[in-house]
Amino acid sequence: MTTFWSAYIFVLTGITIAGLVGLIHFTRKMPGSTDAEETTGHTFDGIEEYNNPMPKWWLNMFWLTIIFGIGYLIYYPVGNWEGIGKWTSAKQLAEETAAHNEKYGEIFERFASIPVEELKDNDQAIRMGQQLFQNNCALCHGQTAQGYYGFPNLTDDDWLYGHSGAEIKQTIANGRMGQMPAWGETLGTNGVKIVTEYVLKLSGNSHDEVMAAQGEVIFSQMCAACHSADGTGMAALGAPNLTDNIWLYDIPNQDLATDIAITITNGRAGNMPAWQGILGEEKVHLLAGYVYSLSN
Amino acid sequence: MSNSTQTSAPTETYNYNVVRQFSVMTVVWGVVGMLVGVIIAAQLAFPELNFGPYFHFGRLRPLHTNAVIFAFGGCALFATSYYVVQRTSQARLAFEPLVKFTFWGWQAVILLAVITLPLGLTAGKEYAELIWPIDILITLVWVSYLVVFLGTIMRRKMPHIYVGNWFYLAFIMTVAVLHVVNSAAMPTSLTHAYSAYAGTMDAMVQWWYGHNAVGFFLTAGFLGMMYYYVPKQAERPIYSYRLSIVHFWALIAVYMWAGGHHLHYSALPDWAQNLGMVMSLILLAPSWGGMINGMMTLSGAWHKLRTDPILRFLVVSLSFYGMSTFEGPMMSIKTVNALSHNTDWTIGHVHAGALGWVAMITVGAMYHTIPKVWGKAQMHRIDWINIHFWLATIGTVLYIASMWVNGITQGLMWRAINNDGTLAYSFVQGVEASWPGYVVRLIGGIIFLAGMVLMAVNVWMTIRKGSEEKPSTAPSVA
Ligand code: HEC
Ligand code: HEC
Ligand code: HEM
Ligand code: HEM
Repeated sequence: MTTFWSAYIFVLTGITIAGLVGLIHFTRKMPGSTDAEETTGHTFDGIEEYNNPMPKWWLNMFWLTIIFGIGYLIYYPVGNWEGIGKWTSAKQLAEETAAHNEKYGEIFERFASIPVEELKDNDQAIRMGQQLFQNNCALCHGQTAQGYYGFPNLTDDDWLYGHSGAEIKQTIANGRMGQMPAWGETLGTNGVKIVTEYVLKLSGNSHDEVMAAQGEVIFSQMCAACHSADGTGMAALGAPNLTDNIWLYDIPNQDLATDIAITITNGRAGNMPAWQGILGEEKVHLLAGYVYSLSN
Repeated sequence: MSNSTQTSAPTETYNYNVVRQFSVMTVVWGVVGMLVGVIIAAQLAFPELNFGPYFHFGRLRPLHTNAVIFAFGGCALFATSYYVVQRTSQARLAFEPLVKFTFWGWQAVILLAVITLPLGLTAGKEYAELIWPIDILITLVWVSYLVVFLGTIMRRKMPHIYVGNWFYLAFIMTVAVLHVVNSAAMPTSLTHAYSAYAGTMDAMVQWWYGHNAVGFFLTAGFLGMMYYYVPKQAERPIYSYRLSIVHFWALIAVYMWAGGHHLHYSALPDWAQNLGMVMSLILLAPSWGGMINGMMTLSGAWHKLRTDPILRFLVVSLSFYGMSTFEGPMMSIKTVNALSHNTDWTIGHVHAGALGWVAMITVGAMYHTIPKVWGKAQMHRIDWINIHFWLATIGTVLYIASMWVNGITQGLMWRAINNDGTLAYSFVQGVEASWPGYVVRLIGGIIFLAGMVLMAVNVWMTIRKGSEEKPSTAPSVA
């Protein structure tokens, strides 16, 4: 903050507080108002006014809050004044985080050396992982990690980005963004329709055989690069396996063919946030162990 | 003074028409706004009650806050300020056409709110949700209000301005400034605009507005009401003129600073949070000054509480005012706010002020005013007022007690830590633990609403009953 604005704040604060002090002081000594039970002589619609002295306890309370306030602003920052306590909220956060880590860091460190795949055998690690999951992940993946429309089920051993401990940890630490392009313009309504029939066929759902055969041509040209030639997907891209009849974008109570057509027409970009910076390496490690344990 | 009354009486009468209009709408919007409150309370307890986009909690919630604050509270402030300023100035309202415009303009604002908010049209700022074209209409109505009020005060027949009118005037002037500054925006279409401020600055402007909406709309305006109806109903002089001067100036000066307490532990610079906290603590005494002045006015008239349910409303509202203005400064202390922020404690605090103070004093004032402006000796049924009093008190107590329990439970659950350093509870467990509180709050709300419905019936019967006396629209000292 520039010196000008800092000074501006001091001056305004000072005037306000000094004004309050002056106000109390001078009204206490207001002329002609020493006697209680004497009205001011004004009458408004029959209402008169006494001019009783202000209650002592109330005035004392007023003074007390003002004195406390001045003291507080000497100890804590105002404007460019850092306060004699040199307190900042950033420092408070750093100190509290350090104290927390000091106290509990050892427990997390102990688990950090156990491979993700083996954490499932450690009750405490799984309990802690579950607790972290409930507080950070459940809002998208659900309390039981079974997912919801657009948010993958983490218990079914069907993976977009691979099932190994390292891949899961990578997903959680750095986040993922699946990029399914939009095909509506390129393929047109009919193109989308026939390729949808082929996707239905791939997953063993009822379909129109003629259209599916036409769709297969498009699929091998446009889709195989990501979803692979046989439609089983590609973990490196997060392109889902289209043959397992497990759907990420299956709107409850809506016809599957319609959902698939919406995906193909408009594309998708599922976004899994990155947690390394928020939770830190050790917690991500525990979470990976917990997620792994759900299907192993 | 009685001399001037005599000379002007034949030509000059009070404008009670607009007071009647606003009084009726106060009751109507009170019932509507609180019905919406009951609906959203039910939706929080039973989420299945969210139907489709228009009947969803997210859209009904701002409808509730707008309907209770600006429709119910706003009409009550218009009605009583127009009544009080005339009677305490012994002058008819100035600028008749503008007076009419304030009534119809304000009702138009409310109707537009009722239409646009469920449609999802919003400016996205709490308590300032209405889109920019409506904001412009509000500005026009508000400036007219200011002109009428000032014009009437200037026509007063006595040298001094009554203390109640200082509060009303401060409320009207400040709300004009708050509204214009906070709503400043660059329109991109008829229904959308970008705020004139960005980031943290926008947040600070918003809560400077938000806290002063509490301080001037929900506090100063209603203190103006208190300063007329309490001494009038108790038939006692105001306790201390001096106290009113000190707490008036202190209140309006300090409220301006306190908005920072809504942004504790946020991106707002530390120093601004500190100032917000300090000024909120200093605000305790000025706030209590109003309560003390009201309460002490009753000394020597306490026995009237036994027989006068209107006075009971007024006195209990002052107690809730004292309670919520004690609670507020406590919640402004950073360490307390770290527990209370984002929990139902805030909601409890809000309704201690909103139901206990704002609604109760309004109800008391309306029971006093309505028979007067329709020329009746009293309300149709005094015993119904008494029943309403108990419904309102029980409803408020259930509401705020359940929210305290919920708030503290949530605050403690969110910060509870296992001995391995992980959080002990998930968010959903906190929601589950809050469910009984949500049901109790719903019951409290229904009880409070029942009282408002009873009031509506009572008002209806009072108005319909054949006139027993002419409304005394001629200025008089009595
Ligand atoms: C904001 C919502 C959101 C949150 C919070 C979230 N996720 Fe995800 N997660 C997703 C989405 C969306 C995907 C799918 C990404 C895609 O479609 O490419 C995903 C994918 C995943 C995957 C990969 C699944 C697979 O099949 O390969 C794992 C593992 C995962 N999340 C674990 C977690 C964990 C652990 C947390 C908590 C630390 C978490 N997620 C929090 C939205 C979220
Ligand atoms: C650039 C690589 C890429 C290409 C090319 C591609 N996809 Fe995809 N597809 C993806 C990714 C990645 C996802 C997952 C999107 C997400 O996670 O949000 C996906 C998702 C899908 C889904 C949704 C699966 C579910 O579980 O709901 C369908 C259906 C699909 N693709 C079909 C196709 C078809 C048909 C084509 C060709 C017309 C095609 N994709 C071309 C990468 C691709
Ligand atoms: C029958 C009476 C009432 C009921 C049942 C009720 C109920 C509710 C509910 C359920 C909420 C939402 C709380 C949440 O989001 O968790 C709410 C918010 C609110 N209500 Fe009421 N209400 C009532 C009366 C009033 C009155 C009379 C006023 C004002 C004069 C008022 C002012 C508010 C405000 C300002 C909020 C927003 C609080 C915040 O954002 O912190 N309410 N009310
Ligand atoms: C001295 C007086 C008061 C002070 C210092 C004060 C302080 C506070 C604080 C600290 C909060 C919580 C902020 C947060 O954590 O988000 C709050 C919220 C609130 N208070 Fe007060 N309060 C006072 C009086 C009142 C009164 C009398 C009313 C009502 C008539 C009221 C209405 C509200 C409302 C509506 C909110 C919720 C704002 C939101 O939507 O988040 N306050 N107040």
